[in-house]
Amino acid sequence: MIDLNASVVNVDQPPRSFGEKIYLGPIISGLTVTLRHFVRNFFGRKDVATIQYPEEKHEYSERLRGRHILITRDEGELRCVACFMCETACPADCIHIEAEEDPSAEVEWEKRPVVFEIDLLRCIFCGLCVDACPKEAIVMSRTHELAFARREEAIVGIDQLRQTGAMEDQDLGYRPYF
Amino acid sequence: MTDSRHKTEKPQPPFPAELKALGSQILGSEKTGDGHHEMLVDRSRILEVLRTVKEDPAIHCDLLVDICGVDWPDRDDRFEVVYHLAALETGLRLRIRVPLKEEDPTMPSAFGLWKGANWFEREAWDLFGIHFEGHPNLKRLLTHEAFDGHPLRKDYEPGRRCLLTEDEIMTPEWARENPTDNDQFETHILNLGPSHPATHGVLRTVVQLEGEVIRRAECEIGYLHRCFEKMVESQGWNQVIPYTDRLNYCSSMINSVGYALAVEKLLDVEAPPRAQILRLILSEFSRIMDHAVCLGANLVDLGAVTGSRYFFQVREEIYGLLESCSGARLTVSYARIGGLSHDVPENFSSQVRVLLDTIPGFIDDVEKLVTRNTIFRDRTEGVGVISGAEALAWGWTGPCLRASGIPYDVRKASPYLGYENIEFDVPVATTGDCYARYLVRMEEMRQSLHIIRQAIDSIPGGPVMIDDPHIAPPEKSKAYNEMESMIRHFKLLNDGIQVPAGNGYGFTEGANGELGYYLVSNGGGKPYRIKVRPPCFAIYQAYPHLLEGQMVSDAIAILGSLNIIAGELDR
Repeated sequence: MIDLNASVVNVDQPPRSFGEKIYLGPIISGLTVTLRHFVRNFFGRKDVATIQYPEEKHEYSERLRGRHILITRDEGELRCVACFMCETACPADCIHIEAEEDPSAEVEWEKRPVVFEIDLLRCIFCGLCVDACPKEAIVMSRTHELAFARREEAIVGIDQLRQTGAMEDQDLGYRPYF
Repeated sequence: MTDSRHKTEKPQPPFPAELKALGSQILGSEKTGDGHHEMLVDRSRILEVLRTVKEDPAIHCDLLVDICGVDWPDRDDRFEVVYHLAALETGLRLRIRVPLKEEDPTMPSAFGLWKGANWFEREAWDLFGIHFEGHPNLKRLLTHEAFDGHPLRKDYEPGRRCLLTEDEIMTPEWARENPTDNDQFETHILNLGPSHPATHGVLRTVVQLEGEVIRRAECEIGYLHRCFEKMVESQGWNQVIPYTDRLNYCSSMINSVGYALAVEKLLDVEAPPRAQILRLILSEFSRIMDHAVCLGANLVDLGAVTGSRYFFQVREEIYGLLESCSGARLTVSYARIGGLSHDVPENFSSQVRVLLDTIPGFIDDVEKLVTRNTIFRDRTEGVGVISGAEALAWGWTGPCLRASGIPYDVRKASPYLGYENIEFDVPVATTGDCYARYLVRMEEMRQSLHIIRQAIDSIPGGPVMIDDPHIAPPEKSKAYNEMESMIRHFKLLNDGIQVPAGNGYGFTEGANGELGYYLVSNGGGKPYRIKVRPPCFAIYQAYPHLLEGQMVSDAIAILGSLNIIAGELDR
């Protein structure tokens, strides 16, 4: 047996008092609340939750899942070995990879991607591709203000995704096992 | 490993002896994946069994939790109808499976026993083509009237498209011809929605008005239907998590935690203590967020705009916390089967404490603005009244049921995530109107804060992911550098988590009520069938009946107080 009434708190409100019946009491107490907020915000901006976007921007954490970056090695080649793990893990089916043999590799049968496309309109920014990557080749940045004029522009390839500049200059967001 | 489950869920009461003679095969609680009783019943005896289950005082399953179909194309009996029933007093959970032949998928309807069977049976008809005889209105529910085929059958291609023209506009038959009374009033048909600012989602209600009073109403849902249940059948068990976030998007963490717990039940494992308590804290914050959005929207609809602004600030602060943990504000995708995807940031405790200090101020502000406000009480008291028995018959759970006086809360009745070690009260109101639902939600937010306050002091150290190579991927540093770990990483991702064949029902207290996942696995890396029992689905089916005799403006107040989230309603 489960005693459903073991720890129950009744929240029924008592009937209205005279002050409430004539509407005045609650109105005055309500106005006190809004007036307090008004005064605090007018003189000190204490409770203001809004920000002046886009001049002022919200600071997100270093885990924010934004647009992807394909990390490069020191010599500028992509770290990606076209193992298709991210494509397999993607629940939205938005990654498309085509692989080829890497001619510059020191060992035989090293792969690299020729096509690595992410359809950012399909992408749900869940981060499973980042978790799936065995080479830390795909990570996410904090870039989240994405806008496109046409649908085709939203399908981004290696050129747009490739890391540009040093690792420190990337606005890095979600990375594996942060 | 086997007793790990029984730590979290209370053992079931013994199988009711009254049922032994009626079922063709009884599976005890030991043999099912979730520890619930299960029985196989022939179609010809199902009504008799259901009546015994409901009316026998020793069993007394008063809540019809769910009805769903399962398709087994390889079996002799292709279809299966699964009933989930619960007895609130004893905590008995019963699952009844009825096999059906492909040539004749008909069943007697359970609508006469539980009104809540209404939409669940319509959904099974819509998605599986199972015909329920005696159902008063067996029409398609989630898909369009002119839709071709039954999408959850296994032979329905997931990518198949069905072109629907605008000709078949779904209007209930009674609304097509407008009956004129002989009296002075002419009735009037009005569409509330689908795109109406007060529906907060795409919901359509056709109402028949007599003056300003609603005489008859019917809901049409499915505008946001994307067949979640079909989509997840082609995903791995872990890949379902981002999908669950989009069910009830106001409290996405609760959904994914509920799903992870259900799968863990089937796997018979338990997440580490640290993960459990973090899940609990973030779930409770999500509950506060959900209630804040619900009440805020409800207040805006009734003209009280200021209160919603204070509540939105609560939501904003909690979004900040969720974002710092998971990397996303709305669709967190933070839980994983076996734990969490990664640990919380170092300043997690201090962030939580700041929230615990600030949120009560906002709740108090709204309380002062609204709770005793006569205008608000005039608009909500005595509006949309439903009795406890009636609400239970419709399958209501959660705050809406508690507002009608029945103190049923999954967190108390069958605790999970360590709720049994935490002291909190279940708020209950007796009047069952919109005002009572408001009061219950307000108090629930306070209780959630109280829960978090206790939990935050007892976060244990340790990992947040289970130490099981078949479930958890190897650590990244090992996957990068060790051959064995990399192979394991590849295998786990390619094949997915292997969930043993079986079925199980996992349920948690969502923000709107009991959120259940009925999982069927055939032993592979992908789910065979996932049925979500969304709480507001059962609640919303009673909405047309709550409207009868009410004013049009009250329809908005009632809708807001029920907290219908189209994402989980339509799936």
